[in-house]
Amino acid sequence: MATVQAAVLALQGSVEPHLRSLHAAGAEPIELRKPTELNGITHLVIPGGESTTLHHLLKIHGLDQQIPERVRAGSLALLGTCAGAILMGKNPDQAPPRFELIDVDVDRNAYGRQIHSFVGEVEWQSGPGPGTGEGVFIRAPKFVRIGEGVNVIARREDEVVAVQQGRCVACCFHPELTTDPRLHRWFLGI
Amino acid sequence: MNDGYSSPLRGTGLSEAHRTRIGLAEMLRGGVIMDVTTAEEAHVAQEAGAVAVMALERVPSDIRRDGGVARMSPVEKVEEIQKVCSIPVMAKARIGHFVEAEILESLEVDFIDESEVLTPADHAYHIDKNRFNVPFVCGATNLGEALRRIGEGAAMLRTKGEAGTGDITEAVRHLRAIHSEIRRLTTAPEEEWMTLAKDHGAPYSLVCQVAKEGRLPVPNFAAGGIATPADAALAMRLGAEAVFVGSGIFKSKDPLRTAKAIVHATAHFEDAAELANASRNLGEAMPGIDASKLPEAERLQDRGW
Repeated sequence: MATVQAAVLALQGSVEPHLRSLHAAGAEPIELRKPTELNGITHLVIPGGESTTLHHLLKIHGLDQQIPERVRAGSLALLGTCAGAILMGKNPDQAPPRFELIDVDVDRNAYGRQIHSFVGEVEWQSGPGPGTGEGVFIRAPKFVRIGEGVNVIARREDEVVAVQQGRCVACCFHPELTTDPRLHRWFLGI
Repeated sequence: MNDGYSSPLRGTGLSEAHRTRIGLAEMLRGGVIMDVTTAEEAHVAQEAGAVAVMALERVPSDIRRDGGVARMSPVEKVEEIQKVCSIPVMAKARIGHFVEAEILESLEVDFIDESEVLTPADHAYHIDKNRFNVPFVCGATNLGEALRRIGEGAAMLRTKGEAGTGDITEAVRHLRAIHSEIRRLTTAPEEEWMTLAKDHGAPYSLVCQVAKEGRLPVPNFAAGGIATPADAALAMRLGAEAVFVGSGIFKSKDPLRTAKAIVHATAHFEDAAELANASRNLGEAMPGIDASKLPEAERLQDRGW
């Protein structure tokens, strides 16, 4: 691996499980809360949490602009799970405003409320796969439009549940809530 | 973070249902859950960056003032709040009132708080939370109470504090008690665990788990008396993983501003300069009550068995 410095956006959400997964994948991640902490970071995870809360907190210090700028400049790889995936998509005119880094539309809470949360098998394709893994879906979002040039990296039954475009990876479920570090390991290599 | 990588991921080895319940609690970490009584308040909370709202009929300080029996929020009120929220909606059921809990589950609330803030329905037993699909949060004042609630199926704990006072002192006491009791367990030799379980009135298997892992098997949030950004940050510094704010927001002079400030402070709880920014020009906090001056009959934290 070239010099990798991983971080987890630590404003809100399932930060600690991602730190743990990155650790298991061989990185020594830091917690990131402010723009100055972005210096030197090569791989950033936006964790699950609440997308409106995350967006509100990102905006206070301008991270909502700086993170996408660093990604567009090619110097930052980004992994978003659940709320993180929502922020990385497009969805014109929907709250919260999106980073538009991956050509997908992502609908929030697409499976319904908490009572419809579930654990199910997912099929990793290219990228971290091939192989099956465990998908923890919590008030999970869905990709409702997938643009050309977007690479599907995981499916559950007929549905696409994780995608990649360039150095951006968006995942509707929570690999950080399992002990399987495959996705994080692969992410650290992109 | 107050945890390293040494203890196992919470939720592993549990049933699918329990993993998703604890999973939602994990998603709420570092956030602020706000008490709301109307759709308008829920909208303000969401705008301010709340990670979830708690739907209830009256905020704790009003329950304290008005007296009478405090019950589950009216169904239409829960529904009205659900309609305007994309964030999770929680609601309170009375201690032991499993029928209120069943009704709330059928409404598909995202979390049920079996809460001492409402008048208890049962003075001996809590709800059997293991038989529900919806996750529960319960209050605790010490480790034994926390582990009893987890044994009954709670997916999240919170301190009880002393709700509706705007006085943080009881939440501080409960956080300190739980953490010092956990520390004591982790240094106790194995032959002492059974007696410690007996002393705490806690399930032996959970005592063993905490002794080995050095932390609770579910997230623990702070609640009861949080009124300012500094209060929220203090709770986080003492090991709370998120905060509940009841009367502190909608009983303050400028609820939207106070709500935003507490959200900001909870995210940046270790950064004094950020906390100063969050605390500037807030106007008056809720008027408080000194929790130590409350007559025994008015203490909500003593409810729970």
